[in-house]
Amino acid sequence: MNLDLARWQFGITTVYHFLFVPLTIGLAFLVAGIQTAWYRTGNEKYLRATKFFGKLFLINFAMGVVTGIVQEFQFGMNWSTYSRFVGDIFGAPLAIEGLLAFFLESTFLGLWIFGWDRLPKGLHLATIWAAASGTALSAYFILAANAWMQHPVGYVFNEVTGRAELTDFMQVLTQNTAVSAFIHTMLASWFTGGAFIAGVAAWMLVKGKAIEVMRPMAKLGAITVIASFIGLFASGDWTAKVMVEQQPMKMAAAEALYETTENAPFSLFTIGTLDGSRPIFAIEVPYVTSFLATGTLSGEVQGINNLQAEMEEQFGPGDYRPNIPVTYWTFRFMIGFGAIAAAFAAYMLWATRGNRRPVNIWFARAAIAMPLVPLAANSTGWIFTEMGRQPWVVFGLLKTADAVSPNVSALSVAITLIGFTLLYGILAVIEVKLLIRAIKQGPPESVPASHPDRIHGNGEKPLTFSY
Amino acid sequence: MSLENLQLIWFILIAVLWTGFLVLEGFDFGVGMLINYLGKSEAEKRTMVTTLGPVWDGNEVWLLVAGGATFAAFPEWYATLFSGFYLPLFLILVGLILRGVAFEYRSKLGDKKWRRNWDLAITVGSFIPALLFGVAFANLVRGVPLAKSQDGYIEYVGGFFNLLNPYALIGGLTTTTVFLTHGAIFLSLKTSGDLRARASALVPKIGAVAALFAVIFLAWTQISYSNNPQLTLYSVAVVVIAWVSALGFHLLNRDGISFTFSSIAITATVATIFLSLYPYVMPSSLNINESLTIANASSTPYTLRIMTIVALIMTPIVLAYQGWTYWVFSKRLSAAQIPDPEKGSLDDLHV
Repeated sequence: MNLDLARWQFGITTVYHFLFVPLTIGLAFLVAGIQTAWYRTGNEKYLRATKFFGKLFLINFAMGVVTGIVQEFQFGMNWSTYSRFVGDIFGAPLAIEGLLAFFLESTFLGLWIFGWDRLPKGLHLATIWAAASGTALSAYFILAANAWMQHPVGYVFNEVTGRAELTDFMQVLTQNTAVSAFIHTMLASWFTGGAFIAGVAAWMLVKGKAIEVMRPMAKLGAITVIASFIGLFASGDWTAKVMVEQQPMKMAAAEALYETTENAPFSLFTIGTLDGSRPIFAIEVPYVTSFLATGTLSGEVQGINNLQAEMEEQFGPGDYRPNIPVTYWTFRFMIGFGAIAAAFAAYMLWATRGNRRPVNIWFARAAIAMPLVPLAANSTGWIFTEMGRQPWVVFGLLKTADAVSPNVSALSVAITLIGFTLLYGILAVIEVKLLIRAIKQGPPESVPASHPDRIHGNGEKPLTFSY
Repeated sequence: MSLENLQLIWFILIAVLWTGFLVLEGFDFGVGMLINYLGKSEAEKRTMVTTLGPVWDGNEVWLLVAGGATFAAFPEWYATLFSGFYLPLFLILVGLILRGVAFEYRSKLGDKKWRRNWDLAITVGSFIPALLFGVAFANLVRGVPLAKSQDGYIEYVGGFFNLLNPYALIGGLTTTTVFLTHGAIFLSLKTSGDLRARASALVPKIGAVAALFAVIFLAWTQISYSNNPQLTLYSVAVVVIAWVSALGFHLLNRDGISFTFSSIAITATVATIFLSLYPYVMPSSLNINESLTIANASSTPYTLRIMTIVALIMTPIVLAYQGWTYWVFSKRLSAAQIPDPEKGSLDDLHV
């Protein structure tokens, strides 16, 4: 009971937090890029775009920040046994993330928001790049911590204290699990940010508003989506190979591959028997899974049943299979949603080529859906990564069932689960409402000239920006 | 460096992180709680929020780093504390979420009900953490029911209501009133005009109430709970001198010096709490032998050494650029500088 509630709470709060995170990272870099274009060219359309997407970025950033606070504490609240077991290793990247990344992004973003008329132009530009670097650093450290849960390295298990203890921090930070996850996540973030800008700009184009600003933005967004999709394909391929080597069960579950197979096909669609041990019906593309997993068409891919037997031998009796339908489908949804967004981005480039401006209602609808599609891909990707690791919380070392706080009552977990879910639900409605308003407001018609600290006088001049 | 020294360093560093958080977020809790009381017009309320705008998020990061550093340096402390103080921590998190979003969203729309609701979120979201951090720290000092579990872990075995006792409530009232004062001094320093006059007039009154609670809390701590009474005697003396100086310099209209002294008073209060605890991090009220100490709660020397290196390099850098931010936004703000205060930044739609 306790365990299920705690898992739902972690799932809900973390998936919700991660709706905002990739968008924040992606938009931070893209807005910084657009502002750089303004700084370099002095063309006002880039300044107007910076202000417009900057405003949307900040509405989103606020939600990422406040939902991130919960993340820092809920390991201790609901997963105290996990915290004791891994603290020596997992805590360090978390603390360093705060010290290196959170301070950087929050402080420099504050300077960027309020600094338009107080900092010289170049310095002001540097603040958004500093904030963007902060978001990337943050991603790196938290992914290194997560990678350790997927593939523990650089530690010894201490029999006396009953916990895992760090022996090689550099190995934790630089293992291929961490590096591949970081690259994949950064690309997914740019993909998300690009799709957001592309979708918004495409919609504005259909509406015929601020065309001179939105045309280059639609192009920027679409190209970002396509370029990062190509990158995601490559980094996803690498991530999959790392996964096959380190967590073969996750790959087998992703493919619903029950028996060890050479020339393993990639199944597009599978229905299994009720006991989940055999497929009854499947549509398959030959050789693809073997290629994904091993790099050769004929490589041998381990099956679920075989791996289950092996793990029983290694770790004792128990069920070592993750939830196979969830793992199988989330893996496909992640790829599928990504492909849909990339395809629309390509179509957008085609439809807006030259001076063409689409006015089709379906184009407008697709543009509205565009920013949401990568969010679905991100969420399903992480649900796959985390659910596919089950029953382990730290692969091979600690089971999720053994990680939960023993002294927290089910009632307490239920109260906080309901509380967070309701609060997050209300905030989501408000955030979407504000985003829609900010999009409908469009970019500023002309931007008031800012005076970087030239008027010292009485200090009573009106603020160009206030809360 | 020996394990004992590393543990001591991290105990001190965690006190430093909490100090950074409570000094900085302390004034923005205070400003938040006062938004309806001191902000008589939309322009004044927006001035108040704008004084916090560039800094509140950076201030809150001190809390996240304190949490993360506790996880890294004293995992047992992190695990026992946050699973034990479960519901109060939940309330604190809800408060912090509400106020953070409220700062960012309240002025986006001009609608009166919209702004009233967010102002309520700012007030309540600032009050709950201001009160509960005091309650929580007082409970740490007083000791809470801890016992060794079958697995050998020291777990919290009390309930929610164990945390509500007279001493802890005095602790909560102390932090609440101290932050109110600290916030009012901050507003005296950062604003001008009627708003500043009102904030200024509040300082001695609320400052005297805070002094009363603080004296009871600190005397009670010193007499009943301090593990190092000869040391806490000094830190308590610093609190008293700093608080009197803060109020005194305030009356002389020296806002900057006054703010410095109220910050010192908060620092010395945190020092008193940590000195009272040492060498415990969570003393047990049931059996002192089943307490968490800096020795049995800590990470390995290897982890502590890495963390020490990172902290020694990064902390000065962070302090430098955060300090620079305060310098960039050091000018006083007046309500007259807020253009069109009734209007929301997203009120006009062009599409």
